Amino acid sequence: MAGTVIEIRDVTKRFLTPSGEVFTAIRDVTFTVEPGQFCAVVGPTGCGKSTTLSLVSGLDRPSSGTVSVDGREVDGITDGVGFMFQADALLPWKTVLQNVALGLIFRKVPKKEAVARARDWIRRVGLAGFEDRYPHQLSGGMRKRVAMAAAWITEPRVLLMDEPFGALDVQTKAIMSNELTGLWEQSRPSVLFITHDLEEAIALADRVVVMTSSPGAVKQVFDIDIPRPRGSVQEIRFGARFLELHHEIWATLRDEVEHAYARTAGAAA
Amino acid sequence: MSTVQDTVAVGRRKPDDRTRRAASAFRLRKLKVWGARAALAVLIIGGWQLFTSLGWVDKFFYAQPSGIWNRLWDYFENGTEFGSYPQQIETTMQEALYGFLIGTGVGVVMGIALGLNRFLAEVLDPFIKVVNAIPRIVLGAIFVVAFGVGITPKVLLAAVLVFFIVFFNAFQGVREVDRNVLNNAKVLGASRRHVIWHVTLPSAMTWIIASLHSAFGFAIVGAVVGEVLGAQHGLGLLIKSAQGNFDPDGVFANMFVIAALVLIVEFVIERVERRLLAWRPTTQAESVLV
Repeated sequence: MAGTVIEIRDVTKRFLTPSGEVFTAIRDVTFTVEPGQFCAVVGPTGCGKSTTLSLVSGLDRPSSGTVSVDGREVDGITDGVGFMFQADALLPWKTVLQNVALGLIFRKVPKKEAVARARDWIRRVGLAGFEDRYPHQLSGGMRKRVAMAAAWITEPRVLLMDEPFGALDVQTKAIMSNELTGLWEQSRPSVLFITHDLEEAIALADRVVVMTSSPGAVKQVFDIDIPRPRGSVQEIRFGARFLELHHEIWATLRDEVEHAYARTAGAAA
Repeated sequence: MSTVQDTVAVGRRKPDDRTRRAASAFRLRKLKVWGARAALAVLIIGGWQLFTSLGWVDKFFYAQPSGIWNRLWDYFENGTEFGSYPQQIETTMQEALYGFLIGTGVGVVMGIALGLNRFLAEVLDPFIKVVNAIPRIVLGAIFVVAFGVGITPKVLLAAVLVFFIVFFNAFQGVREVDRNVLNNAKVLGASRRHVIWHVTLPSAMTWIIASLHSAFGFAIVGAVVGEVLGAQHGLGLLIKSAQGNFDPDGVFANMFVIAALVLIVEFVIERVERRLLAWRPTTQAESVLV
């Protein structure tokens, strides 16, 4: 289940707004995620980061350009992809166990085996004893663990994460990041991780893609050469190399953030 | 000084003790609410009885609680002009329940089918709007002419009334599926059938079940109105007959019986709802009352 290559080439995505105008979410985006690489995408709000993910997952199609996973052009839901959403996306009418087993049930794995593997994953994300709870009975951090188990249980070769820990408090976020790194180092899928938190991006990723704001385009790509295993994310960010990279990438990102901010502030005025 | 001592005392009190105090405060509150309810009921019924006895309010038009009670007693003891009283109740309930089941069944199936099929929904949209705009009670007159004075026209009228409520809710429920949940299921590898079974239907279920509360009330309205328009048995017929005999006690007596029937059925529906929707978080209001 080692990772596979994701290639995004000259991709443009336009939407028709309800008022009939054409809105360009991303324009001529090109970058590659190498097999087994952890790639983070950072950029200001509304730069089309989530659009990029939905194109890779196959939930949406590009207006022009190509997205390919493992050398095959994406057409329909991409096989072997796991997705962690920003918002809660668990099925609220299913218990923790049923939610985690869902990916296997959809793949026609016999129910007994699916349940056994789901129990194993629930244990691995530290939720043993909560199998029969419904999502609303769990805390935000616990729901994220369920979502993580549900995404990993299908042993994806590509993992797409859309600000998965954005809604969590700082401490929970750090714990979840560590657990994510641990899981990733075991099986090494290719990861496309979207965030607006530059520290999170540098701490986790091998490659950071900085995007400009509307329409979204790739501004610059940075390779993060901090050696692995990196240890806990709380420690990494005091390292000298981390600070250097942070300084360098932030210089690039700052213009875009200020630009996007000025635009929304202007629109509000 | 006393405040300091109080604080110390509170700090030292066992949590067990505190729970017990909270529980007894809760029981007291519940007792108060029920007491106030009983007092209000006595006030309303007693006031009604008093004013009609004193002649401030004419019992010829507004009935009298004691008269209503006697009439109910009379119904159960001596039967009605159309047969025994339980038979009348049974007829009305039968019509309402059949209408409720048919209307709900057809409403759920059509609502979900149209919710899933955009083309069909757009084609049928103006027709549904027109039918929905018709005051449907009037259909009762047509049904009575077409199907006679048996239970069929009442069942149909009840079913039509129920259908539209359930149909619109089922339709809306299918449309309102959370996009994140839907996308998540798709990425996890759900086929179209999987999506309908695991996502669309459970999501629509909340809307459908919510509509069933008011739906049974409408089923009773359909049955009773159908009986008023023309019947051989039923509570609606009794109301019409009491009206013809200038017997307000009879009208009110049947009205209260109907209200009681609706409340009983709604209680059952609520039980079913609680079982089917066990996955939902309790709302603020519910958790306060628990």
